[in-house]
Amino acid sequence: MINGIPIDYFILLSTVLFTIGAIGVMARRNSIVIFMCIELMLNAINILLVAFSTLHQNASGQVFVFFVMTVAAAEVSVGLAILTMIYRNIKSIDTNLLSNLKD
Amino acid sequence: MFGLSVHQWLFGILSFLSVLFSLMVVFSRSPVNSVLYLIMSFFSISGIYLLLDAQFLAVVNIVVYAGAIMVLFLFVIMLMNLNQDTEPQRTVLTKVLAGSIGGMFLLVLTGLLKNTESTDKTFYGTSTVGWIQSLGKVLFTEFLFPFEIITVLLLAAMAGAVMMGKKNIQ
Repeated sequence: MINGIPIDYFILLSTVLFTIGAIGVMARRNSIVIFMCIELMLNAINILLVAFSTLHQNASGQVFVFFVMTVAAAEVSVGLAILTMIYRNIKSIDTNLLSNLKD
Repeated sequence: MFGLSVHQWLFGILSFLSVLFSLMVVFSRSPVNSVLYLIMSFFSISGIYLLLDAQFLAVVNIVVYAGAIMVLFLFVIMLMNLNQDTEPQRTVLTKVLAGSIGGMFLLVLTGLLKNTESTDKTFYGTSTVGWIQSLGKVLFTEFLFPFEIITVLLLAAMAGAVMMGKKNIQ
């Protein structure tokens, strides 16, 4: 319990957000939207880390969230650079068209 | 009201908003709308951080995620001129399969949560852990080496993004 909110509720919220992100990754074909769903999944995990950090009064969890955000920023900058390069070559970012390595 | 405290009310409203906006990210047709809904979702998640007394992370979440990363997304969408008409759609069967796989995943995780013994640890009052003083102390003593490593990671990401963005790589 954190100020009257059971920790289970935070776990449930994080699970629901993570699942929505996972469904988005599976159900969409636009690479940019898939990227955004991955960000959503990262944020779901961040909520969990912050909740447990406050519950146990230990700052390590929040420092870890800080690192997760940094890694996400690096990932997005490189990923979007790759996507623009793909768009320049095949004029689309549809994941179904990215099958050059298949054959 | 209804026997719930202010914290509980705020948690309920913010979590409802974050789940709603996250669903809109997945279900909206235009990528630009997805980005805007994701920004709203990040704002609600920042509200939850504030509820957990993590002020520094709430501000960083807004500045870094909603401010920087999402603007980067918007710029790329603008450059590619993506809109509702160019949006590729999966078949209904794939969407239903994705939804059911996600639903089963959620069911398994909540089932696990139901069977675990809940911790009776409680915390009341204002937490000082998320304040910038205590976070800075931990970051620059216990996590000094990872902090230095992350600077190298950011440098590598910057160099990689610039190199891949170039038109002709010699």
